[in-house]
Amino acid sequence: MNTPLLEVSELRKHFPIKGAFGRTVGAVKAVDSVSFTLQRGTTLGLVGESGCGKSTTGKVLMRLLDPTSGSIKLDGEEISTFKGKELNAFRRRVQMVFQNPASSLNPRASIGAAIAAPLIEQGIKPPGGVKAKVRDLMDRVGLRPEHANRFPHEFSGGQRQRIGIARALALDPDVVICDEPVSALDVSVQAQVVNLLKDIQRDTGISYIFIAHDLAVVKHMADEVAVMYLGKIMEQGSNEQIFADPQHPYTRALLSAVPSVELDAALTERIRLGGDLPSPSNPPSGCVFRTRCPAYALLPETDRARCADQVPTGEVACHFPSAPLAAVAAHR
Amino acid sequence: MIGFLFRRLGAMLILLLVVSFITFTLFQFGPADPAAASCGQECTPERVEQARIALGLDKPFFVQYLAFLSGLVGPRMLGAPGAEQVCAWPCLGKSFQTNENVTDMIANALPYTVSLTVGAVVLWTVVGVGMGLFAALRKGKLADRLIVGAASFGVSLPIPVTGLVLLLVFVGTLGWLPFTTNAIRSPFGEAGFFGWTTNYLLAWIALAVLFSAQYVRITRNNMIETFSEDFMRTARAKGLSRGTIVFKHGVRAGITPIVTMLGLDLGAMLGGAVLTEQIFSVPGLGFTAVRAATSGDLPVTMAITMLAAFFIILFNVIVDVSYAFIDPRVRVN
Amino acid sequence: MLSVKNLSVQFPTDDGMVAALNGMDLQLHRGETVGLVGESGSGKSVTSQAIMGLFKETRAKISGEITFEGTDLLALSEDRMRTFRGKKIGMIFQDPLSAMHPFYTVGSQIAEAYRVHNKVSRKAAKQVAIDMLARVGIPDPKKRVDNYPHEFSGGMRQRAMIAMALVCEPELLIADEPTTALDVTVQAQILDLISELQAETNSAVIFVTHDLGVVAQLCQRVVVMYGGQCVEQASVREIFTAPSHPYTRGLMASMPHLSGEDDRLTPIPGSPPALLDLPSGCIFADRCEFAALVPDNRCQNERPQLLVTGEHAARCHGHEMSLLPKTIKVGA
Repeated sequence: MNTPLLEVSELRKHFPIKGAFGRTVGAVKAVDSVSFTLQRGTTLGLVGESGCGKSTTGKVLMRLLDPTSGSIKLDGEEISTFKGKELNAFRRRVQMVFQNPASSLNPRASIGAAIAAPLIEQGIKPPGGVKAKVRDLMDRVGLRPEHANRFPHEFSGGQRQRIGIARALALDPDVVICDEPVSALDVSVQAQVVNLLKDIQRDTGISYIFIAHDLAVVKHMADEVAVMYLGKIMEQGSNEQIFADPQHPYTRALLSAVPSVELDAALTERIRLGGDLPSPSNPPSGCVFRTRCPAYALLPETDRARCADQVPTGEVACHFPSAPLAAVAAHR
Repeated sequence: MIGFLFRRLGAMLILLLVVSFITFTLFQFGPADPAAASCGQECTPERVEQARIALGLDKPFFVQYLAFLSGLVGPRMLGAPGAEQVCAWPCLGKSFQTNENVTDMIANALPYTVSLTVGAVVLWTVVGVGMGLFAALRKGKLADRLIVGAASFGVSLPIPVTGLVLLLVFVGTLGWLPFTTNAIRSPFGEAGFFGWTTNYLLAWIALAVLFSAQYVRITRNNMIETFSEDFMRTARAKGLSRGTIVFKHGVRAGITPIVTMLGLDLGAMLGGAVLTEQIFSVPGLGFTAVRAATSGDLPVTMAITMLAAFFIILFNVIVDVSYAFIDPRVRVN
Repeated sequence: MLSVKNLSVQFPTDDGMVAALNGMDLQLHRGETVGLVGESGSGKSVTSQAIMGLFKETRAKISGEITFEGTDLLALSEDRMRTFRGKKIGMIFQDPLSAMHPFYTVGSQIAEAYRVHNKVSRKAAKQVAIDMLARVGIPDPKKRVDNYPHEFSGGMRQRAMIAMALVCEPELLIADEPTTALDVTVQAQILDLISELQAETNSAVIFVTHDLGVVAQLCQRVVVMYGGQCVEQASVREIFTAPSHPYTRGLMASMPHLSGEDDRLTPIPGSPPALLDLPSGCIFADRCEFAALVPDNRCQNERPQLLVTGEHAARCHGHEMSLLPKTIKVGA
């Protein structure tokens, strides 16, 4: 097996909690011991609910935040310690697309200027000049190149996200981290952007880290999927494994919570999570999911103790992945 | 909450020290020579030197400053060597100009400033917040435009202009109100509440014209923003009456910035309204401060500067504490 | 029970009149759950707010008819409308944090809603609030009643919001995107709660959403909205098995599914219409792949009428003239 494009191991990002007089009294474990790999030309989907640490992971990968510990290797080279020039060069290879294209575009800059900005900042002179490159990028994302002089407010939400994508592609990066790129868009427009991202990947062999809370969108985008909960990866595997044969109780609960348009799907199991997300500054011991786990309630005492004492590891971070789940009877 | 208060009061003391030090230093390097000023018309160099020693200005800077600070902690001795007098705590020194005890001078001037402040604040709050709220409720309509227009006009009127026009019209031409007298210091004196009110009414109005205009603007903008909040729609969807929606839900939520502004203005006003006191000849703190500063009267200037700083910082703390009462989200931290 | 006929709502803006609703029709029977589906700007929220009379005493221009149990709601004064709001028609909103007053306790806000329409003491109203919180599944309601909204989690807040809307046992509940801001597992809980409460009280529900999956799970009937009009309405089964309107078909094709192999989505080209300047013909015509099938540019020139066939209604020339292909295009 060749070197993966991106290899992340034991990545942690803890935000210190400051008490009186600036003492550190604890830490919010936003990302805790996250490991995964991304192969060239593929997409890794990071899914989970709000507060699971998926966006923080994206920001750390982008080096917008410094990791607390752990390693991030791009093409085998450790990048988590990069500074200054090295970091700048690294930014050419990893770019980001944000959720809200409206707020990540300068309203006073024409979109041509916005797309050209990364090129100019990095001092790159593409063959044929910046203008030609911008026209080419706009064409590639389905925008009309003659609109380069227009301003962001003249574009619809979907078009603005295309601008954001064009800007991310300007430096011909190896990886684009897409943080909820379609969640602010309407369904009909969302499909346009999803297709666009896939077309670009097919044509250029680019890799994506696709961060989203919408499982159905991730299913359409990702080759590999990692499901996160409370800063940890609960389960990771291929798209087929995760969606067709989920093992972890959390993945199963998450999938079963998505309202289905299949009218007769109501007959399948319905798993409902009770309670609320525990505080990431004081997560449960052992398995962080156990306080809401639909299997935990049915486990015998000894097995429960194991969940409380040992942190589960592996592709399926669960001590008892095949345990029966407390399911609610379906009704329609 | 208690810990918070203690921390704020500690910070307040440090800040006051800094203010006093800066004022003291500025005076050292200022052009005025208090010794020369205090010795009057027929001055010889010897008499100036005598005055300098009597006022304690011959001592090094830090000794003077520490002597001043000691008066804030306990009684201190003042006057030329051999002719010292005890100055009881809190001692702010004696006026270089009149030899009066500064503490007494302040105690004398304060009621005038308080009278001026209390009436003006009540007037501008009622008028400013009231009209601002009314304008917000009538947003875009004629009443709103008239109020906003009047506010833009009012905010650009300087106190000397409004003050003089008011005096000219109501005292001079119409004769409806008496000229402001020093005899009335509070509503509890002989003149009673009515006498007090008529005495200060024009000054209040002059101040209120300027300040109401600002309050109209901040209230209107805040209320318009608050009225568009989701919870206002919820309040309507519950079937609440208009009054409940506007006051219990709207005003309560939009009041915070107004309370902030009111607190800061109140603090600033209590330090003396310089222009207003000059124009209406009210011998309050502002009036006294101007006289002291122009004649190089260090103890009086120091005292009033520190008192003004004290009021401003105090009301800042009061505003912060009031947040906790207004907004439960603040209480947690 | 509720009948909306030819409802139009226009908002004056600096750029001209925004036509938010253009002849909206909607019928609702007692105890029924109707899903109001559409993308942003389709007028679904405007419809629900118009029913609630929230545009009274604003600059919005309203015409048409809203009849609730024989009363013409549009003709009512603000004061008379108040006796309907909260008492006969309850409403819940998208973001429960901003929809609740931040400075009052959850309990007092529920009690307030009860006391407007019922003459009871504060103490009795508080007890009602506690009972209501228990009913919507808030643990330890006696303690929670004195909490402020910010002390609740997102899901609990929406439960409290539901308690507030239902405390006077209204005959109609309007739910305006109540789960859009929530995580999918919490959404599942809230949807369960709404259907349970509805089964108990037999009140009618208008459920506004952009998510067809939610509709499939919760509703009996669907009204699809586009450009401020109802373009299609039918039973849930009809809509999902035999959608008539090209927009409905497009919406289904562009939606990513959790099941199935179709890994390429079929988006609707273009973007939703600008409400400032609506076309005189069919509002969907410029995005419609079937408009070319209709002769004489009818789609461009003539606004289609809502054609009712039994329980199914659609607003489309192509459908009316039976020019649309019978099968739905799914995937490519």
